[in-house]
Amino acid sequence: MSDTLTQSELSTAGADGVTGVAIDLIGVTKRYPGQRRAAVEPLDLHIPPGEIVILIGPSGCGKTTTLKMINRLIEPSAGTIMIGGQDATRRNENQLRREIGYVIQGGSLFPHLTVGQNIALVPGLLSWDKKRTAERVDELLELVGLDPARYRRRFPRELSGGQQQRVGVARGLAADPPVILMDEPFGAVDPITRQRLQDELLSIQEELHKTIVCVTHDIDEAIKLGDRILLLSEGGHVEQYDTPENILAAPANDFVADFVGAGSSLKQLSLSRVSDVELRKPTTATVGEPAAEVLDRAQAARDEAVIVLDDRRRPRDWIFLRELRHQQTVVDPGDDHILTVDRRATLNDALDTMLTDNHAGAIVTGRRDEYLGVIDFTAVTDHMMATTSQAQADRDQQQQDQQQQDQQQQDQLGQDQLGQDHEAPDPEAAD
Amino acid sequence: MWEFIRKQPGQLLYNSYQHASLVIQAVVIATVIAIALAVLVLRIPRLAGVANAISAIGMTIPSFALLGVLIPLIGIGWQPALIAVCFYAVLPILRNAIVGLQGVESSLVESARGMGMSQARVLARIQLPLAWPVILAGIRISMQMSFGIAAISAYVLGPGLGTYIFSGLSNIGGAGAVASAVTGTLGVVIIALIVDGLLVLLSRATTSRGIRV
Repeated sequence: MSDTLTQSELSTAGADGVTGVAIDLIGVTKRYPGQRRAAVEPLDLHIPPGEIVILIGPSGCGKTTTLKMINRLIEPSAGTIMIGGQDATRRNENQLRREIGYVIQGGSLFPHLTVGQNIALVPGLLSWDKKRTAERVDELLELVGLDPARYRRRFPRELSGGQQQRVGVARGLAADPPVILMDEPFGAVDPITRQRLQDELLSIQEELHKTIVCVTHDIDEAIKLGDRILLLSEGGHVEQYDTPENILAAPANDFVADFVGAGSSLKQLSLSRVSDVELRKPTTATVGEPAAEVLDRAQAARDEAVIVLDDRRRPRDWIFLRELRHQQTVVDPGDDHILTVDRRATLNDALDTMLTDNHAGAIVTGRRDEYLGVIDFTAVTDHMMATTSQAQADRDQQQQDQQQQDQQQQDQLGQDQLGQDHEAPDPEAAD
Repeated sequence: MWEFIRKQPGQLLYNSYQHASLVIQAVVIATVIAIALAVLVLRIPRLAGVANAISAIGMTIPSFALLGVLIPLIGIGWQPALIAVCFYAVLPILRNAIVGLQGVESSLVESARGMGMSQARVLARIQLPLAWPVILAGIRISMQMSFGIAAISAYVLGPGLGTYIFSGLSNIGGAGAVASAVTGTLGVVIIALIVDGLLVLLSRATTSRGIRV
């Protein structure tokens, strides 16, 4: 992280380094002329600053419409949207949008502009000077893991899908907006790349604490990324708005339970991070070391394979002893074929990686790809069994609590002659 | 024929220059008109059908007939010639500009709007640059075609090489008649090729490396 971002962070950061602002939707409605049913029913939603809120639901549930009403790509028919305490519906739409990052599927980069020019667009609209913009572009490319010197002048078609998506995220962050909207951001890339990009987004968010609103149709992605999940059914009707843990453990109704799907204990795998599990530490070797020494060490530790690290402790190879016997010294394979998982990856991701590897395990890396250890099947299954029994116990407890609460609420309602609805605020109060 | 050319090299060069000048001016005006119309069509999609019908029917009007219609309205000289060439030049450019602008992915336009660009800025920074290769292809077709039509405009005493063709044809059998017609025709072909070559260079210079094929 270079100095400029730290400065800009300081200027906008509140407590705990949160740079995001709260978003409040009050009675927000979208009706299209000639359609009887509203695309989005009056919707009330509070999105706390610095959190990732995921909008999810079946197609036609109005999740994308809701997202686009926040930056007014779709004008709400009624209701108010407050962003950081300001009424977004009363502001100039172009100025409003320059303060809201917007990232869509595939990155949606402009093919005739270079990577650098794409990222510099919003700073350009805000008339930043050239030097500041150029510094910001380099900083963001580094943040999303692309070498600025190598990629700044490339055109989008010279990048892979995953790289394009990274640039798309960098472009959304360009002017350091407090709010970022994402529309199925990782929908167009392969599963392994998607998992990487998700991990990167989480690590970026760990530093920046923006308010991120993200639409997806992938429940696993929702569980992995979301601080909160808003589950919508047709017409923008809120089925449940809660943390992933609560949605999995205590679905509000059958719709939620169906949507989350069977095997929600398996889904718990998406809640646990690799860092939650104890890692195995097999023998390691550094590139250039004499093979004989490494063999001795590995045999003493009864390992069948050793992990080869480079001088910066980044994993380069995972080699069986029988292959190592033919070598004089430990060599670098010279390619980037080795699969690793980030410590922030979910157990689900780790299992995916294990299945494509022939060591029944996955190498775990931390900051700057530094080697941390190995996660294997037994560690995952042990952890899974532990969390499943824990979740069941929690759910039983919660159901008991819920029943008690319902009972109390009913008692209260019975006493309260006005009989006000506690679930949904009066829509007219919003006007 | 060499004799014919040797007799009046200055006049021939001047007429060639006049011919190219007429065509290039007409195509530049036509490009501006065509892009303006295409943008209008983009804003009001219902017009797309109308515009395509006009450019299809327009091409079928014989240029001779159009020149004939223009004489009683604006007389003879360079004005009716310019108008006639312009009229035909608009048609292929309009068609390509509509196709090119419609071909810009709507997700890109929405993305640009979502970043806070105004409609005019999206047009200037995103839509036109992306449609440019297709528009330029239309300009090339238009330019080629206009060289031929400009030759016919000599009928209304328009400038250019058409004079040689008409005078050759009108006293066929006479001395130097064939030489005159062939010189005019070859001259038109040669300048057309030179100008097309320049357009190819222009296209390389003005198309972003990111979308060049």
